[in-house]
Amino acid sequence: MPELVGIGVSPGRSAGPVFRLAPPPALPEVAPPVTDPDAEVAAARSALAGVAAALRARAASVSGAAAEVLETQAMMAADSTLATAVAARVARGSAAAWAITEAIAEQRETFAQLGGYFAERAADLADIGDRAVADLLGEPMPGLPSPGEPFVLTAEDLSPADTAVLDPADVLAIVTRRGGPTSHTAILARAMGLPAVVGCPDVVTLADATVVSVDGTTGQVTVIDPGEAAGIRERAAADRARLAALTGPGRTADGHPVPLLLNVGGAADLTDDAEGVGLFRTEFLFLGRTSAPTVAEQQAAYTELFAALGQRRVVVRTLDAGADKPLPYLGLAQEENPALGVRGLRVARANPTVLTDQLTAIAGAASATDAQVWVMAPMVATPAEAAGFAQAVRAAGLAVAGAMVEVPAAALHARRLLDHVDFVSIGTNDLSQYTLAADRMSSDLADLLDPWQPAVLDLVATCAAAGREAGKPVGVCGEAAGDPLLALVFVGLGVTSLSMSAPSVPAVRASLAGVTLERCAELARIAVDAPDARTARQAVAATI
Amino acid sequence: MPSRDVVVGSRIGLHGRPAATVVRVAAAQPVLVRIGVAGRPPVDASSIIAVLSLGAKGGDTVTVEADGEGAQAALDAMVEVLATDLDAEPADA
Repeated sequence: MPELVGIGVSPGRSAGPVFRLAPPPALPEVAPPVTDPDAEVAAARSALAGVAAALRARAASVSGAAAEVLETQAMMAADSTLATAVAARVARGSAAAWAITEAIAEQRETFAQLGGYFAERAADLADIGDRAVADLLGEPMPGLPSPGEPFVLTAEDLSPADTAVLDPADVLAIVTRRGGPTSHTAILARAMGLPAVVGCPDVVTLADATVVSVDGTTGQVTVIDPGEAAGIRERAAADRARLAALTGPGRTADGHPVPLLLNVGGAADLTDDAEGVGLFRTEFLFLGRTSAPTVAEQQAAYTELFAALGQRRVVVRTLDAGADKPLPYLGLAQEENPALGVRGLRVARANPTVLTDQLTAIAGAASATDAQVWVMAPMVATPAEAAGFAQAVRAAGLAVAGAMVEVPAAALHARRLLDHVDFVSIGTNDLSQYTLAADRMSSDLADLLDPWQPAVLDLVATCAAAGREAGKPVGVCGEAAGDPLLALVFVGLGVTSLSMSAPSVPAVRASLAGVTLERCAELARIAVDAPDARTARQAVAATI
Repeated sequence: MPSRDVVVGSRIGLHGRPAATVVRVAAAQPVLVRIGVAGRPPVDASSIIAVLSLGAKGGDTVTVEADGEGAQAALDAMVEVLATDLDAEPADA
């Protein structure tokens, strides 16, 4: 069966016939002459205003991230810069629809040159142009197909307006030719719980009604026999039901416990059945203000979270700021290369009171509550840094000190770090960024940032082995721990706890419950021995 | 013309929610506010397309300028919103 591969950006499986998003309107080959420039400008403005109004109306009918994205797109349609550019094109002899097309093309080019996230906004602009032109030419609005049965939606790329009106009852999955992990398709598909694959060039070769299966975890799109589709959908639905039904602490099929902890920014992110918090980000207290929060203010905020946890564990990460997340009152210099600059624990070199104040506040909150409070520092690179941090933590009266492993040097010398600290926790996003030397904000380097990279897994293995020898816990926090397949690999490598955002917990819990520890170790060997990230993921998925 | 330099506090830079928020604040001012990055002519800060086209990243220095009655207050408001991390959901570890 022909198989197409893209980047899986929203997990889950489904299957059904593909239908393409209705193509954008085409301009007639011969442009009409402009006889009344004022009328053309007025027509163009009115079309753009109509697009803006329609986008605002859609924004009002949805909520959260989808609404925000649509409101921003509505602002673009009503934008004065665009209106001025359109008027200039009319003045040079272009009729309304042509003037809009040209002005949008020029602006898209600017966005595309900026790269990354900005380039992805080019799709929003193209969509505005298509809608305005369809209006001016009296053509149907480009948009979703309605084949009368649930379908796999395929497209060049999806605009916010397209995704916002998707009905998850009609759409089984989404596959786009373009787009990266930060595209709207990815963000909104995850929010809607629809499997999605982006960056799949060959999807355009599929004729409408071709039946495919889509795996939003592995990025595989496979042409299948139409008779198989219903079975795949049923199994996927059964999987989801199974996930929802499972509760309780994380453990493998043979009963080996793996605490499933939460990544939180405050008490609001907690869930009742959570086993604890594996990453409490404290940045929220420090952002958006002109002076550092006082000890009393911090202590009150920490106490709120600790109290909500009862006797459960909470791992507090001390302030992770720096040149990449600038806080004016830290007085840090601008840097050419902030990801490699003064960030995380390094801030304490020049400004130790921010750390000691924070530790004092955490200790105060810990003594006022029953939670098991662990504290860890971000961006530890050397054993000396780990020792210095552990000393500061203990001087504050806190019992358990740890180090995050995000820097390859720290992973390679995890054993020496563990001479000084009580545990380590691996931050996979930064560890991938630093191991592969790939900026984590770059959607062009998504393949390198993949936490399935065998080199990253090797470093995780080194940490786990060091933890085993020292008899100390080695956790993984960061979104990679929430990948139900990769979680098994981590456990097989010897990781003792997994911390993730709350929506990821059920799938990981179910995944763990289905395999023994020995099997996890086997999967880990397969992943580490794979030549690249994609092969690693596919080989593990195929073995399961 | 009164102007002010400010470091972009939104770590992700001036796009998405931060860009939209900055544009709304600029549009609410009684005077025209312009915003620029080094080496480029300043643009209308109330235009989302113009602001996005700056491609300003978190930590970049931008210059805001305004003239006329209320210019100082407008600049104060712009500096405050620009220096804030408007996408305050911290990145993952």
